[in-house]
Amino acid sequence: MLSVQLAEIVDQPLPGVGEALDLVTGFDEALTNGFARLGEDRASALTALAGAVAATPLGDRVGEAAAKVAAGSVSEENVTALAGGRTALLGAVHDALLGRLDAALGRERDSWAEPSVAGTTDNLLSGCRSWLNELAITGWRGVDHDLVSAVGQTMEALLAEPRLRRLAVLIDGLAGELRASCPVATMEVVPARRWADLWARALMLTQALMLTQAGGLPAGAGEPVSGRLLVLGVDVHEHATAVQAQVHAILEPADGGRCRLVRTSVAATKVDTIVGSAVWRLLTGVPVLLNALAEHRSLDIKDMPLLSGGDLIWHDDRATAGEPADPFTTARVQLGSALAPAAPPLERHPVRLAEPVLVEGYSVPKGDEMVFDLGGKTITVDTGRLPSCGPLTPAIVRGSESCIGLLRWDAGRWLLQPLAVQGMVKKLPVTAHNGDWAQGPTDPKIAKAEARNGDAVAVLRERAGRLLRK
Amino acid sequence: MTADRTAWEQRSVARVVSPVSPRKLAKVPFVEMADGRLQGVVSSGSDISRVYVSSITAGTHTYNCSTNNNRPCGGLYGDMCKHLRSLVDEAVLQYGQDRVAGYLRVEVAEGERLSYHLNGGVERTQGAEVFSRFLSHLAYLELPMTTEPIAELHWFPSSGAVG
Repeated sequence: MLSVQLAEIVDQPLPGVGEALDLVTGFDEALTNGFARLGEDRASALTALAGAVAATPLGDRVGEAAAKVAAGSVSEENVTALAGGRTALLGAVHDALLGRLDAALGRERDSWAEPSVAGTTDNLLSGCRSWLNELAITGWRGVDHDLVSAVGQTMEALLAEPRLRRLAVLIDGLAGELRASCPVATMEVVPARRWADLWARALMLTQALMLTQAGGLPAGAGEPVSGRLLVLGVDVHEHATAVQAQVHAILEPADGGRCRLVRTSVAATKVDTIVGSAVWRLLTGVPVLLNALAEHRSLDIKDMPLLSGGDLIWHDDRATAGEPADPFTTARVQLGSALAPAAPPLERHPVRLAEPVLVEGYSVPKGDEMVFDLGGKTITVDTGRLPSCGPLTPAIVRGSESCIGLLRWDAGRWLLQPLAVQGMVKKLPVTAHNGDWAQGPTDPKIAKAEARNGDAVAVLRERAGRLLRK
Repeated sequence: MTADRTAWEQRSVARVVSPVSPRKLAKVPFVEMADGRLQGVVSSGSDISRVYVSSITAGTHTYNCSTNNNRPCGGLYGDMCKHLRSLVDEAVLQYGQDRVAGYLRVEVAEGERLSYHLNGGVERTQGAEVFSRFLSHLAYLELPMTTEPIAELHWFPSSGAVG
């Protein structure tokens, strides 16, 4: 990414984005206080949101729902329609941001191809929906232990259903935060945007028609692809009971077609006491992939399904380790011309923006907030996104000269999340990638600390083996 | 301050729960602050298939300890048993002394051992529910991993690197 490209991304405000976000903020305030006690101001916030989507196919439905909820009819159907309106607005914000980014980077993006799917429905989903509806009626401010615990049984059943893992992981993440914040009425500030985001997405995922593209992949999903996969970096996601490693890579198709930017993900459920580099031990079911991350190797893949949204569905038995491949070389040579994937319609939200870029030749001025200065243009480094399961630390990033990162956006500003850096620390050259510890920490200090605490995964599995099946 | 507050309210990726610190799990595999109690499971030192369920109530500081079959702990007379002390010590390692003391509503000076300040006496409570929560906790590790992308986890970045 060049200075002029960064300037194009950060300098010009995007028309309409601020206004759209103000409407979302109004909705979020209404949700914080509960749809059962709207009052005039908050009711008009819902009407305003409905007005913004009036010209879309959702228009009538959302308009009607806003009127009914304001009149006191807080039904599941109306609440879901409003959540849909909010989702559509943030989808439009996402599109505007991604469009700006693509134009600045000269990144070409594929168009979305809708997979053919059939909807299904499920009792579990209606259990989730009614809990989410209760939250909307009560509002975050009214959430207490009883309301959070009410989802417990549904949660256990959800987790047991692999088809609904995505929804389960989301609801468990939200419920965990609510539980830790109970009673919410005593919280000084409520994370209104965040919780409304999670809540609205969960409601969307419970919609029967969304199910097949959003919860559980149908057999034969995606287009089988073969070729060479060159890793750029790995983005790690984690909450108390889940961890996901999402690898960003370039796919060189075997048939000589155009190189594509893809993501491939592996995820496991966990418990809060499994932290740091121990999380990799939950992902040992994909040894070929972990080995490629730890040893910086390319991968040869055969007939792996690639979804229209750029997600490669990893099958470890269809991959073999290839030659050593330096992610920085991959980024320098191939990132600029690779074809980027479309975002799946339901996933269009600013939080999903995670565009790989290579940044070089920057300086890191002193200051509380770390920024990269690229020829006079600065971008904030998201140091809150450096995972404890890898070697990147704020100090290493501060001393870096080259960085492979993800461009992200939150609360009105662009951020850079480092995935890998090269540079000098204490006058010694250092290279660090997020996936370096995928087969165990390579830093002796970290390895020693880990050995002192013992293998958390093994300890808990032993306890599970002895106590669970009695 | 107001600007910071507004910014936090409007962030999609705001940190709400701090990640816990790593600790040895062999002795106390499970500890949580829930239902108004600090509660958890302590492995028996002598019998590999026995565990104790220990809990301390916030505010009153009454406590209880029993086996997973609901037999009272033999070490529980006059004072806390070693299981309860381990539970408190490990909770402090996991969550930090401030958070645990705050939850239990107890004043402790820095450097003092928290468990010495909890003298509410024994109050029999049902351990079965805590044990069943522990089993649900362990069940997370029994689920198969998935390679289906979970887009929603973009709201939950892994963090915590220091240095």
